[in-house]
Amino acid sequence: MTQIKMTVNGKSASADVPDNTLLSEFLRENLRLTGTHVGCDTSQCGACVVHVDGRAVKSCTVLAASLDGADVTTIEGVANGKELHPMQAAFKKHHGLQCGFCTPGMIMSGIDMVSRYQAEGQALTEDAIRHELEGNICRCTGYHNIVKAIEDAADQMSAPAQAAE
Amino acid sequence: MYQTKYHKPASVDEAVAALSSAEDGKVLGGGQTLLPTMKQHLAAPTDLVDLRGIAGMDAISAADGVLTIGAGARHADVAASATVREAIPALACLAGGIGDPAVRSMGTIGGSVANNDPAADYPAAVLGLGATVVTNSREIAADDFFEGMFSTALGEDEIITAIKFPIPSSAGYTKFPNPASRYAMVGVFVAQTGGGARVAVTGAGQDGVFRAEMMENALSSSFEAGALDGATVDSRGMLSDIHGTAEYRAHLVSVMAKRAVDSAV
Repeated sequence: MTQIKMTVNGKSASADVPDNTLLSEFLRENLRLTGTHVGCDTSQCGACVVHVDGRAVKSCTVLAASLDGADVTTIEGVANGKELHPMQAAFKKHHGLQCGFCTPGMIMSGIDMVSRYQAEGQALTEDAIRHELEGNICRCTGYHNIVKAIEDAADQMSAPAQAAE
Repeated sequence: MYQTKYHKPASVDEAVAALSSAEDGKVLGGGQTLLPTMKQHLAAPTDLVDLRGIAGMDAISAADGVLTIGAGARHADVAASATVREAIPALACLAGGIGDPAVRSMGTIGGSVANNDPAADYPAAVLGLGATVVTNSREIAADDFFEGMFSTALGEDEIITAIKFPIPSSAGYTKFPNPASRYAMVGVFVAQTGGGARVAVTGAGQDGVFRAEMMENALSSSFEAGALDGATVDSRGMLSDIHGTAEYRAHLVSVMAKRAVDSAV
Protein backbone atom coordinates (compact mmCIF):
# COMPACT_ATOMS: atom_id res chain seq x y z
CA MET A 1 0.00 0.00 0.00
CA THR A 2 1.15 3.53 -0.72
CA GLN A 3 -0.15 6.68 0.89
CA ILE A 4 -0.94 9.26 -1.78
CA LYS A 5 -2.24 12.78 -1.72
CA MET A 6 -3.14 14.53 -4.94
CA THR A 7 -5.27 17.41 -6.09
CA VAL A 8 -8.19 16.31 -8.25
CA ASN A 9 -10.27 19.02 -9.92
CA GLY A 10 -8.97 21.53 -7.39
CA LYS A 11 -9.82 19.45 -4.34
CA SER A 12 -7.39 17.53 -2.19
CA ALA A 13 -7.76 13.74 -2.33
CA SER A 14 -5.83 11.38 -0.06
CA ALA A 15 -5.90 7.61 0.16
CA ASP A 16 -3.91 4.54 1.04
CA VAL A 17 -3.97 2.59 -2.24
CA PRO A 18 -2.72 -0.85 -3.26
CA ASP A 19 0.44 -0.32 -5.33
CA ASN A 20 -1.12 -1.82 -8.46
CA THR A 21 -4.05 0.65 -8.49
CA LEU A 22 -4.40 2.45 -11.81
CA LEU A 23 -5.25 6.14 -11.86
CA SER A 24 -8.47 5.27 -13.75
CA GLU A 25 -9.47 2.90 -10.92
CA PHE A 26 -8.58 5.43 -8.26
CA LEU A 27 -10.67 8.12 -9.95
CA ARG A 28 -13.68 5.91 -10.65
CA GLU A 29 -13.73 3.68 -7.59
CA ASN A 30 -12.18 5.70 -4.78
CA LEU A 31 -13.37 9.15 -5.82
CA ARG A 32 -16.51 8.06 -7.70
CA LEU A 33 -15.55 10.29 -10.61
CA THR A 34 -17.04 8.00 -13.23
CA GLY A 35 -16.87 10.52 -16.06
CA THR A 36 -13.44 9.09 -16.90
CA HIS A 37 -14.31 6.05 -18.99
CA VAL A 38 -12.34 2.84 -19.41
CA GLY A 39 -12.83 1.58 -22.94
CA CYS A 40 -10.07 -0.77 -24.01
CA ASP A 41 -7.94 -0.83 -20.85
CA THR A 42 -4.94 -1.41 -23.14
CA SER A 43 -3.95 2.26 -23.63
CA GLN A 44 -5.24 2.48 -27.17
CA CYS A 45 -8.73 3.99 -27.16
CA GLY A 46 -8.18 7.18 -25.15
CA ALA A 47 -11.58 7.19 -23.40
CA CYS A 48 -9.71 7.44 -20.08
CA VAL A 49 -7.62 10.53 -20.91
CA VAL A 50 -7.23 13.00 -18.03
CA HIS A 51 -4.74 15.78 -17.39
CA VAL A 52 -1.87 15.20 -14.95
CA ASP A 53 0.19 18.31 -14.16
CA GLY A 54 -1.13 19.91 -17.33
CA ARG A 55 -0.49 17.01 -19.73
CA ALA A 56 -2.98 14.61 -21.29
CA VAL A 57 -2.32 11.04 -20.13
CA LYS A 58 -4.14 7.72 -20.38
CA SER A 59 -5.29 7.15 -16.82
CA CYS A 60 -5.51 3.38 -17.41
CA THR A 61 -1.75 3.37 -17.92
CA VAL A 62 -0.53 5.29 -14.88
CA LEU A 63 -0.18 3.96 -11.34
CA ALA A 64 -1.98 6.03 -8.72
CA ALA A 65 0.94 5.35 -6.35
CA SER A 66 3.25 7.26 -8.71
CA LEU A 67 1.16 10.43 -8.52
CA ASP A 68 1.70 11.60 -4.96
CA GLY A 69 1.57 15.41 -5.14
CA ALA A 70 0.17 15.50 -8.67
CA ASP A 71 -2.49 17.89 -9.95
CA VAL A 72 -5.17 15.95 -11.83
CA THR A 73 -8.06 17.31 -13.90
CA THR A 74 -10.85 15.03 -15.12
CA ILE A 75 -13.86 15.68 -17.34
CA GLU A 76 -15.78 16.62 -14.16
CA GLY A 77 -13.35 19.48 -13.56
CA VAL A 78 -13.41 21.40 -16.83
CA ALA A 79 -16.76 23.21 -16.66
CA ASN A 80 -17.07 26.45 -14.74
CA GLY A 81 -20.02 25.62 -12.50
CA LYS A 82 -23.00 25.22 -14.83
CA GLU A 83 -21.20 26.88 -17.70
CA LEU A 84 -19.73 24.31 -20.06
CA HIS A 85 -16.07 24.51 -21.05
CA PRO A 86 -15.81 25.87 -24.64
CA MET A 87 -14.71 22.39 -25.75
CA GLN A 88 -17.79 20.80 -24.20
CA ALA A 89 -20.05 23.47 -25.69
CA ALA A 90 -18.51 22.95 -29.14
CA PHE A 91 -19.03 19.17 -28.99
CA LYS A 92 -22.69 19.85 -28.14
CA LYS A 93 -23.09 22.45 -30.88
CA HIS A 94 -21.43 20.38 -33.63
CA HIS A 95 -22.92 17.06 -32.59
CA GLY A 96 -19.44 15.72 -31.87
CA LEU A 97 -20.81 12.67 -30.10
CA GLN A 98 -23.34 9.95 -30.57
CA CYS A 99 -23.15 7.24 -27.88
CA GLY A 100 -20.86 9.49 -25.83
CA PHE A 101 -18.57 6.80 -24.48
CA CYS A 102 -15.37 8.24 -25.98
CA THR A 103 -16.41 11.84 -25.36
CA PRO A 104 -14.70 12.46 -21.99
CA GLY A 105 -11.37 11.41 -23.52
CA MET A 106 -12.04 13.36 -26.71
CA ILE A 107 -12.75 16.53 -24.71
CA MET A 108 -9.67 16.13 -22.51
CA SER A 109 -7.44 15.42 -25.54
CA GLY A 110 -9.06 18.31 -27.40
CA ILE A 111 -8.35 20.78 -24.60
CA ASP A 112 -4.78 19.49 -24.33
CA MET A 113 -4.03 19.85 -28.03
CA VAL A 114 -5.49 23.35 -28.23
CA SER A 115 -3.48 24.45 -25.18
CA ARG A 116 -0.24 22.98 -26.55
CA TYR A 117 -0.63 24.48 -30.01
CA GLN A 118 -1.62 27.88 -28.62
CA ALA A 119 1.32 27.86 -26.19
CA GLU A 120 3.69 27.16 -29.09
CA GLY A 121 1.97 29.71 -31.34
CA GLN A 122 1.23 26.99 -33.92
CA ALA A 123 -1.91 26.80 -36.04
CA LEU A 124 -4.15 23.86 -35.14
CA THR A 125 -5.26 22.92 -38.64
CA GLU A 126 -7.84 20.28 -39.48
CA ASP A 127 -4.99 17.94 -40.49
CA ALA A 128 -3.21 18.57 -37.21
CA ILE A 129 -6.39 17.81 -35.23
CA ARG A 130 -6.86 14.51 -37.05
CA HIS A 131 -3.24 13.60 -36.39
CA GLU A 132 -3.46 14.65 -32.73
CA LEU A 133 -6.53 12.42 -32.29
CA GLU A 134 -4.45 9.36 -33.13
CA GLY A 135 -4.85 8.05 -29.59
CA ASN A 136 -8.61 8.59 -29.27
CA ILE A 137 -10.94 6.12 -30.92
CA CYS A 138 -14.61 6.84 -31.71
CA ARG A 139 -16.76 4.12 -33.25
CA CYS A 140 -19.87 6.24 -33.91
CA THR A 141 -19.21 9.59 -35.46
CA GLY A 142 -16.62 9.02 -38.15
CA TYR A 143 -14.70 11.88 -36.48
CA HIS A 144 -15.85 14.68 -38.81
CA ASN A 145 -17.97 16.44 -36.20
CA ILE A 146 -15.37 15.88 -33.50
CA VAL A 147 -12.80 17.63 -35.69
CA LYS A 148 -15.24 20.49 -36.38
CA ALA A 149 -15.95 20.83 -32.66
CA ILE A 150 -12.26 21.03 -31.75
CA GLU A 151 -11.63 23.59 -34.52
CA ASP A 152 -14.49 25.73 -33.23
CA ALA A 153 -13.43 25.35 -29.58
CA ALA A 154 -9.87 26.36 -30.49
CA ASP A 155 -11.24 29.68 -31.78
CA GLN A 156 -13.32 30.15 -28.61
CA MET A 157 -10.40 29.25 -26.36
CA SER A 158 -8.10 31.80 -28.01
CA ALA A 159 -10.70 34.58 -27.87
CA PRO A 160 -10.15 35.67 -24.22
CA ALA A 161 -6.37 35.80 -24.76
CA GLN A 162 -6.80 38.03 -27.80
CA ALA A 163 -9.29 40.24 -25.99
CA ALA A 164 -6.80 40.76 -23.20
CA GLU A 165 -4.08 41.97 -25.56
CA MET B 1 -2.47 -6.69 -12.83
CA TYR B 2 -0.89 -8.80 -10.11
CA GLN B 3 0.15 -7.06 -6.91
CA THR B 4 3.55 -5.41 -6.89
CA LYS B 5 5.55 -3.22 -4.55
CA TYR B 6 6.11 0.35 -5.71
CA HIS B 7 9.36 2.17 -4.96
CA LYS B 8 10.22 5.79 -5.77
CA PRO B 9 13.92 6.26 -4.98
CA ALA B 10 15.45 9.73 -4.94
CA SER B 11 18.83 8.74 -6.41
CA VAL B 12 20.28 6.26 -8.92
CA ASP B 13 22.16 4.49 -6.09
CA GLU B 14 18.93 4.00 -4.16
CA ALA B 15 17.25 2.73 -7.32
CA VAL B 16 20.02 0.17 -7.91
CA ALA B 17 19.79 -0.91 -4.25
CA ALA B 18 16.01 -1.32 -4.51
CA LEU B 19 16.40 -3.40 -7.68
CA SER B 20 19.07 -5.67 -6.27
CA SER B 21 17.16 -6.36 -3.07
CA ALA B 22 13.96 -7.20 -4.99
CA GLU B 23 13.12 -10.79 -5.86
CA ASP B 24 12.09 -9.85 -9.40
CA GLY B 25 12.32 -6.09 -9.72
CA LYS B 26 11.73 -4.01 -12.82
CA VAL B 27 12.56 -0.41 -13.60
CA LEU B 28 9.54 1.82 -14.31
CA GLY B 29 10.29 4.64 -16.76
CA GLY B 30 7.06 6.09 -18.11
CA GLY B 31 5.22 2.77 -17.91
CA GLN B 32 3.66 2.99 -21.35
CA THR B 33 4.83 -0.50 -22.28
CA LEU B 34 5.50 -2.08 -18.90
CA LEU B 35 2.09 -1.32 -17.36
CA PRO B 36 0.06 -2.70 -20.31
CA THR B 37 2.34 -5.77 -20.26
CA MET B 38 1.64 -6.23 -16.54
CA LYS B 39 -2.10 -5.79 -17.11
CA GLN B 40 -1.99 -8.63 -19.62
CA HIS B 41 -0.10 -10.76 -17.05
CA LEU B 42 2.83 -11.02 -19.47
CA ALA B 43 5.01 -9.54 -16.73
CA ALA B 44 4.55 -9.77 -12.99
CA PRO B 45 7.47 -8.05 -11.26
CA THR B 46 7.46 -8.27 -7.47
CA ASP B 47 8.79 -4.73 -7.30
CA LEU B 48 8.61 -1.65 -9.50
CA VAL B 49 11.39 0.91 -9.16
CA ASP B 50 10.14 4.23 -10.52
CA LEU B 51 12.91 6.53 -11.75
CA ARG B 52 10.75 9.66 -11.85
CA GLY B 53 11.71 10.74 -8.33
CA ILE B 54 15.37 11.14 -9.32
CA ALA B 55 16.20 14.81 -9.90
CA GLY B 56 17.90 15.66 -13.18
CA MET B 57 17.15 12.35 -14.94
CA ASP B 58 15.23 14.19 -17.66
CA ALA B 59 17.91 16.80 -18.45
CA ILE B 60 18.72 17.58 -22.08
CA SER B 61 21.94 19.36 -23.08
CA ALA B 62 24.26 19.79 -26.04
CA ALA B 63 27.99 20.50 -25.85
CA ASP B 64 31.14 19.65 -27.85
CA GLY B 65 29.25 17.97 -30.66
CA VAL B 66 27.28 15.67 -28.34
CA LEU B 67 23.59 15.81 -27.48
CA THR B 68 22.91 14.22 -24.08
CA ILE B 69 19.37 13.22 -23.21
CA GLY B 70 18.57 11.99 -19.70
CA ALA B 71 16.90 8.57 -19.57
CA GLY B 72 13.83 10.08 -17.92
CA ALA B 73 13.15 12.59 -20.72
CA ARG B 74 9.66 12.00 -22.04
CA HIS B 75 8.97 11.75 -25.76
CA ALA B 76 6.97 15.00 -25.67
CA ASP B 77 9.91 16.76 -23.97
CA VAL B 78 12.37 15.54 -26.60
CA ALA B 79 10.00 16.46 -29.44
CA ALA B 80 9.52 19.99 -28.07
CA SER B 81 13.09 20.62 -26.91
CA ALA B 82 14.73 23.59 -28.65
CA THR B 83 18.12 21.98 -27.91
CA VAL B 84 17.18 18.73 -29.68
CA ARG B 85 15.51 20.54 -32.60
CA GLU B 86 18.68 22.56 -33.07
CA ALA B 87 21.17 19.70 -32.67
CA ILE B 88 19.40 16.73 -34.29
CA PRO B 89 16.03 17.74 -35.80
CA ALA B 90 15.41 14.17 -37.00
CA LEU B 91 15.50 12.98 -33.39
CA ALA B 92 12.93 15.57 -32.28
CA CYS B 93 10.77 14.53 -35.21
CA LEU B 94 11.12 10.83 -34.35
CA ALA B 95 10.13 11.49 -30.72
CA GLY B 96 7.08 13.46 -31.89
CA GLY B 97 5.90 10.47 -33.90
CA ILE B 98 6.01 7.83 -31.15
CA GLY B 99 2.64 6.41 -30.10
CA ASP B 100 0.09 9.18 -29.60
CA PRO B 101 0.10 12.47 -27.65
CA ALA B 102 -0.96 10.90 -24.33
CA VAL B 103 1.68 8.18 -24.63
CA ARG B 104 4.30 10.83 -25.43
CA SER B 105 3.33 12.65 -22.22
CA MET B 106 4.55 9.69 -20.18
CA GLY B 107 6.87 7.41 -22.14
CA THR B 108 10.62 7.95 -21.70
CA ILE B 109 13.66 7.47 -23.92
CA GLY B 110 15.37 5.29 -21.31
CA GLY B 111 12.36 2.99 -21.10
CA SER B 112 12.12 2.64 -24.86
CA VAL B 113 15.81 1.90 -25.32
CA ALA B 114 15.98 -0.55 -22.39
CA ASN B 115 12.91 -2.44 -23.62
CA ASN B 116 14.25 -2.74 -27.20
CA ASP B 117 10.87 -3.54 -28.71
CA PRO B 118 11.47 -4.68 -32.31
CA ALA B 119 9.02 -2.01 -33.54
CA ALA B 120 10.17 0.85 -31.28
CA ASP B 121 11.44 4.05 -32.89
CA TYR B 122 14.23 5.13 -30.54
CA PRO B 123 16.50 2.10 -31.08
CA ALA B 124 16.79 3.14 -34.75
CA ALA B 125 18.07 6.58 -33.71
CA VAL B 126 20.44 5.21 -31.07
CA LEU B 127 21.98 2.73 -33.51
CA GLY B 128 21.70 5.01 -36.55
CA LEU B 129 23.57 7.81 -34.82
CA GLY B 130 26.11 5.52 -33.17
CA ALA B 131 25.05 6.82 -29.77
CA THR B 132 26.41 5.75 -26.40
CA VAL B 133 24.13 4.34 -23.71
CA VAL B 134 25.20 5.60 -20.29
CA THR B 135 24.28 3.46 -17.29
CA ASN B 136 24.89 3.69 -13.56
CA SER B 137 28.10 1.69 -14.01
CA ARG B 138 29.46 2.10 -17.56
CA GLU B 139 29.05 3.41 -21.09
CA ILE B 140 27.93 1.03 -23.84
CA ALA B 141 28.29 1.75 -27.57
CA ALA B 142 25.03 1.34 -29.51
CA ASP B 143 26.69 -1.30 -31.70
CA ASP B 144 27.20 -3.46 -28.60
CA PHE B 145 23.96 -2.57 -26.83
CA PHE B 146 21.14 -4.11 -28.86
CA GLU B 147 21.35 -7.90 -28.68
CA GLY B 148 18.09 -8.99 -30.29
CA MET B 149 14.36 -8.66 -29.82
CA PHE B 150 13.65 -7.29 -26.30
CA SER B 151 17.25 -8.07 -25.42
CA THR B 152 20.11 -5.68 -24.56
CA ALA B 153 23.56 -5.70 -22.99
CA LEU B 154 22.12 -4.29 -19.75
CA GLY B 155 23.00 -6.30 -16.65
CA GLU B 156 20.44 -7.48 -14.11
CA ASP B 157 20.43 -4.38 -11.90
CA GLU B 158 21.82 -1.91 -14.41
CA ILE B 159 19.94 1.33 -15.07
CA ILE B 160 20.22 3.58 -18.12
CA THR B 161 20.83 7.13 -16.93
CA ALA B 162 21.33 8.95 -20.26
CA ILE B 163 21.95 8.54 -23.97
CA LYS B 164 24.77 10.48 -25.65
CA PHE B 165 24.19 11.20 -29.33
CA PRO B 166 27.08 12.47 -31.48
CA ILE B 167 25.61 15.31 -33.55
CA PRO B 168 25.68 14.28 -37.25
CA SER B 169 26.03 16.64 -40.21
CA SER B 170 22.56 15.52 -41.24
CA ALA B 171 20.05 12.84 -40.33
CA GLY B 172 16.54 11.71 -41.23
CA TYR B 173 13.97 9.20 -40.01
CA THR B 174 10.98 7.84 -41.87
CA LYS B 175 8.64 5.08 -40.83
CA PHE B 176 5.79 3.17 -42.37
CA PRO B 177 3.30 2.78 -39.54
CA ASN B 178 1.03 -0.23 -39.42
CA PRO B 179 -2.32 1.26 -40.45
CA ALA B 180 -4.08 -0.17 -37.38
CA SER B 181 -1.56 -0.28 -34.53
CA ARG B 182 0.56 2.63 -35.82
CA TYR B 183 3.70 0.76 -34.73
CA ALA B 184 6.51 0.95 -37.28
CA MET B 185 6.31 -1.92 -39.77
CA VAL B 186 9.55 -0.46 -41.03
CA GLY B 187 11.39 2.59 -39.74
CA VAL B 188 14.71 3.72 -41.17
CA PHE B 189 17.10 6.18 -39.54
CA VAL B 190 19.88 7.52 -41.75
CA ALA B 191 22.75 9.73 -40.63
CA GLN B 192 25.70 11.38 -42.28
CA THR B 193 28.53 11.30 -39.75
CA GLY B 194 32.25 11.99 -39.70
CA GLY B 195 32.82 8.24 -39.92
CA GLY B 196 30.57 7.77 -42.96
CA ALA B 197 26.88 7.11 -43.38
CA ARG B 198 24.90 5.00 -40.94
CA VAL B 199 21.56 3.33 -41.63
CA ALA B 200 19.55 1.63 -38.88
CA VAL B 201 16.29 -0.23 -39.44
CA THR B 202 13.58 -0.89 -36.87
CA GLY B 203 10.29 -2.78 -37.11
CA ALA B 204 11.46 -5.17 -39.80
CA GLY B 205 14.19 -7.43 -38.45
CA GLN B 206 13.68 -10.75 -36.68
CA ASP B 207 16.39 -9.74 -34.23
CA GLY B 208 15.17 -6.21 -33.67
CA VAL B 209 16.99 -3.10 -34.82
CA PHE B 210 19.90 -3.64 -37.24
CA ARG B 211 22.29 -1.75 -39.51
CA ALA B 212 21.89 -2.01 -43.28
CA GLU B 213 25.48 -2.26 -44.45
CA MET B 214 24.94 -2.24 -48.20
CA MET B 215 22.95 0.97 -47.81
CA GLU B 216 25.60 2.49 -45.55
CA ASN B 217 28.28 1.82 -48.16
CA ALA B 218 26.15 3.34 -50.92
CA LEU B 219 25.37 6.46 -48.88
CA SER B 220 28.96 6.87 -47.72
CA SER B 221 29.94 7.40 -51.37
CA SER B 222 27.06 9.77 -52.02
CA PHE B 223 24.49 10.83 -49.42
CA GLU B 224 21.47 11.07 -51.69
CA ALA B 225 18.42 8.90 -52.29
CA GLY B 226 19.54 7.94 -55.80
CA ALA B 227 22.65 6.30 -54.37
CA LEU B 228 20.37 3.69 -52.80
CA ASP B 229 19.18 2.33 -56.16
CA GLY B 230 19.95 -1.37 -56.04
CA ALA B 231 21.00 -1.31 -52.37
CA THR B 232 18.79 -3.78 -50.52
CA VAL B 233 18.47 -5.76 -47.33
CA ASP B 234 18.15 -9.54 -47.30
CA SER B 235 14.51 -10.59 -46.83
CA ARG B 236 15.65 -13.74 -45.02
CA GLY B 237 16.22 -11.80 -41.80
CA MET B 238 12.89 -9.95 -41.94
CA LEU B 239 9.77 -10.45 -39.85
CA SER B 240 6.84 -12.05 -41.62
CA ASP B 241 3.32 -11.87 -40.21
CA ILE B 242 -0.29 -11.08 -41.13
CA HIS B 243 0.68 -7.43 -41.63
CA GLY B 244 3.34 -8.09 -44.25
CA THR B 245 5.66 -10.73 -45.63
CA ALA B 246 9.42 -10.67 -45.22
CA GLU B 247 9.80 -9.69 -48.89
CA TYR B 248 7.33 -6.83 -48.45
CA ARG B 249 9.22 -5.53 -45.41
CA ALA B 250 12.58 -5.80 -47.20
CA HIS B 251 11.13 -3.75 -50.05
CA LEU B 252 9.74 -1.20 -47.59
CA VAL B 253 13.21 -0.79 -46.07
CA SER B 254 14.53 0.47 -49.42
CA VAL B 255 11.59 2.82 -49.88
CA MET B 256 11.76 4.22 -46.34
CA ALA B 257 15.56 4.59 -46.55
CA LYS B 258 15.24 6.77 -49.66
CA ARG B 259 12.54 8.89 -48.04
CA ALA B 260 14.68 9.22 -44.89
CA VAL B 261 17.61 10.48 -46.97
CA ASP B 262 15.33 12.93 -48.79
CA SER B 263 14.05 14.24 -45.45
CA ALA B 264 17.49 14.47 -43.85
CA VAL B 265 18.52 17.83 -42.38
